[in-house]
Amino acid sequence: MAPLLSMAGIKKHFGGVPALRSASLEVEPGEVHALIGQNGAGKSTLIKILTGLYRRDEGTVDFAGKPSHVTSPREAQNAGIATIYQELNLVPLRSVSENVVMGQEPRSFGFMINWPEAHRRTREILARFGIEIDVTAPLGSYSTAIQQLVAIARAVSMDAKLVIMDEPTSSLDSSEVEILFGVVRELKSSGVSVLYVSHFLDELFQICDRVTIMRDGQTVGCRAIAETTKLDLIAGMLGRNAEEIAAEGLTELAGGRAAYDEVVLEVDKVATGPRLSDFSMTLHRGEIVGLGGLLGSGRTEAARSIFGLDHLTSGAMHLMGREFEPSEPSEAIRARIGFLTEDRKAEGIVPDMSVRENLTLALLPNLRRNGQIDRDREKELVGEFIQKLGIKTSHMDQPIRELSGGNQQKVLLARWLATKPDILILDEPTRGVDVGAKREIQTIIRKFVDDGHAVILISSEFEELVEGANRIVVMHEGKAVSELTNPGITENALVKALAHHEEATA
Amino acid sequence: MTSLTSEHTMRTGVATKLKSHGGLIALGLILVFNIIVTPNFLHTQTLAVNISQVATIAIVAMGMTLVIATGGIDLSVGAVMALSGALAPLIFMSEFGQAYPVLGLIGALFFPLVAALLCGLFNGVIVAVLRVQPIIATLILFISGRGIAQVLTNGNLQTFSYPEFSYLGTGKILGFPFQGWLALAIACFLFWVVNRTVFGRYLLAIGGNERAAKLAGGPVRRVKIGAYVICSILSGLAGLIVVAINSASDAARNGNLMELDAIAAAVVGGALLQGGKAPIFGAILGAVIIQLVKYTLLANGVEDEVALIAKAAIILAAVYIQQARKE
Repeated sequence: MAPLLSMAGIKKHFGGVPALRSASLEVEPGEVHALIGQNGAGKSTLIKILTGLYRRDEGTVDFAGKPSHVTSPREAQNAGIATIYQELNLVPLRSVSENVVMGQEPRSFGFMINWPEAHRRTREILARFGIEIDVTAPLGSYSTAIQQLVAIARAVSMDAKLVIMDEPTSSLDSSEVEILFGVVRELKSSGVSVLYVSHFLDELFQICDRVTIMRDGQTVGCRAIAETTKLDLIAGMLGRNAEEIAAEGLTELAGGRAAYDEVVLEVDKVATGPRLSDFSMTLHRGEIVGLGGLLGSGRTEAARSIFGLDHLTSGAMHLMGREFEPSEPSEAIRARIGFLTEDRKAEGIVPDMSVRENLTLALLPNLRRNGQIDRDREKELVGEFIQKLGIKTSHMDQPIRELSGGNQQKVLLARWLATKPDILILDEPTRGVDVGAKREIQTIIRKFVDDGHAVILISSEFEELVEGANRIVVMHEGKAVSELTNPGITENALVKALAHHEEATA
Repeated sequence: MTSLTSEHTMRTGVATKLKSHGGLIALGLILVFNIIVTPNFLHTQTLAVNISQVATIAIVAMGMTLVIATGGIDLSVGAVMALSGALAPLIFMSEFGQAYPVLGLIGALFFPLVAALLCGLFNGVIVAVLRVQPIIATLILFISGRGIAQVLTNGNLQTFSYPEFSYLGTGKILGFPFQGWLALAIACFLFWVVNRTVFGRYLLAIGGNERAAKLAGGPVRRVKIGAYVICSILSGLAGLIVVAINSASDAARNGNLMELDAIAAAVVGGALLQGGKAPIFGAILGAVIIQLVKYTLLANGVEDEVALIAKAAIILAAVYIQQARKE
């Protein structure tokens, strides 16, 4: 059978810098095909060429048996290539039906929208994926998962032959991921191909048929998923050898020393609202305490309460033995606490500002001299951090939005390290960054803790918690329900601890 | 200053350089057009007239630029001008002002600016603390400010002859109008504030990503209120200058439609309405362009109504260039 999509010898330069040097990709009809690689490997450039956002310098693209020369996303859509972006491009205030039929509304008398027909059609499409919701309700009233499925439903209703999903599960919890996988399988069985881009390698083994690996703008391999292993894929992305990685463990967080006795932070029965009703924990110097739990269990709210973002309605906190109740982030920062937030784009970077300006944002009050910013000290400091953390940027005055996700994350980490904090709260510090940057970030965290500081770690990646944390506080529905202590924590034990409470309340 | 321009050129490629200098190119075209067409354009008199006219727009536009940098807008600038302009003659023409001319003059400069500061505080608190949309929040003073000014003066035109006060609008230093120098001094100061101070850095960060700025410990409320206060004080100053130029205060006309000129000048100068950019000298450039277009049409006998259409065309062009720059 001829492949549905065949891209070969694709080259693309941006102002003399090669983004793609020799990329290829082949997708069979009805196949779920994974595309993986570190940030900056060229995945998104390749996809943007496919969807007409960029024009290729060289190479050929054949789609559905014909050479393809799409020059805009709209043309790509008409040709049968639909893209589900990380940031959904739907209208949250309009109804589910409106979002699905937008641009191709069924009409009566040629000019009025036939709403009963639109609703019927929408219900029918969603039913195919086993979703039954009120299609007349505003889209925004549903969870991210449902919204994502609606975006997929919209793509399907337009007779897409190839659906591109860019990190579709990054904001979904585990039950929602299952629903999404069901949809992907349904697409596959009806002959639609899916190009699946994800940093979560475990997922690939559940739903993908084949995987294409990219590195440094080149396609370095294409394998059947059944014949490969996770280590193999990581090795391929990093350009390293599998045995080497196996010997060193999956994360760089492991190998911590025993914590000191000195308690730095004590949180006692803290509540801030319905989503955090009873949270307690103790944090020692030289220790990583993990917060375990599912999406919505109150982990982020716990972090927000310590950082002064949500005000306590009951309970108390003690920092270095003294009572502590910050009313604003600036107060928490002065008390030497840093908070690396989960959503890098919405709560982390100031996109139009430079790497330098982003890096020193939390440090500004300390950089003031004679009423102005001490530019020499600022530059010196930023230069130091760029070197120490290996931040890849052409110049410290490059806008941060031009950096890859991993490097943006390193800048944000540096923003907090520069304030010389005693406690760092890290909410998903390695989400959405590639394998290489992930290991580097983990190394930085490990070193910070080994220097005698303390970390509160929130992570959906169990291996980070299991290998890195001295203790894990398990949370469920806004409460701290139990605590696991290392050594002795395994991924199984953690899953069991989470599942146990899940069942108990079910 | 040199290090900043070199940084800037590094960031922008050759192609975008043309677009980012669209304002300067437009200014050049207008100048060339005038030199050829407008009679007596290259005359110091013409220059002086234009500088004295443009200074008020420029001063208000710089304040507007700071507010726009936070992602806000201030519609009340014209009304604040009317208010401070109405207060000044009331003070120096009062019995007290007549009895103690020096104190009267100081008071006539000081209290109108305090009133303007309070207006800015009012705007800032409503926007930053009560979280009302800036366009609605500043609409309150847009409507009531001029009303208050007219009530204070009973709707009368206040004329006066007071050379010490009029110096603000008619004085000359080295042959150029005093208010031109004043605008330039304010521009240098604000440029320093935006590019070198902690306040300026926070201002741009808040406009660029307010949540990130807050999470990094930025005093979001204080900085926003500060921007509205500076904008109002500058508007108040502009109001005084207009009164000084005319030797008369007309609460109904002082600063009328100034909000539109100021916003247009800021946008032509490169301010992004979504925030995050504060080109102070751009605001001056924008003000100069708008003033020159006005002058060009007037000097060549084109009617006022047509001049308004031309102004709209400039704004359209500026917005188009901004859009193109984004891509």
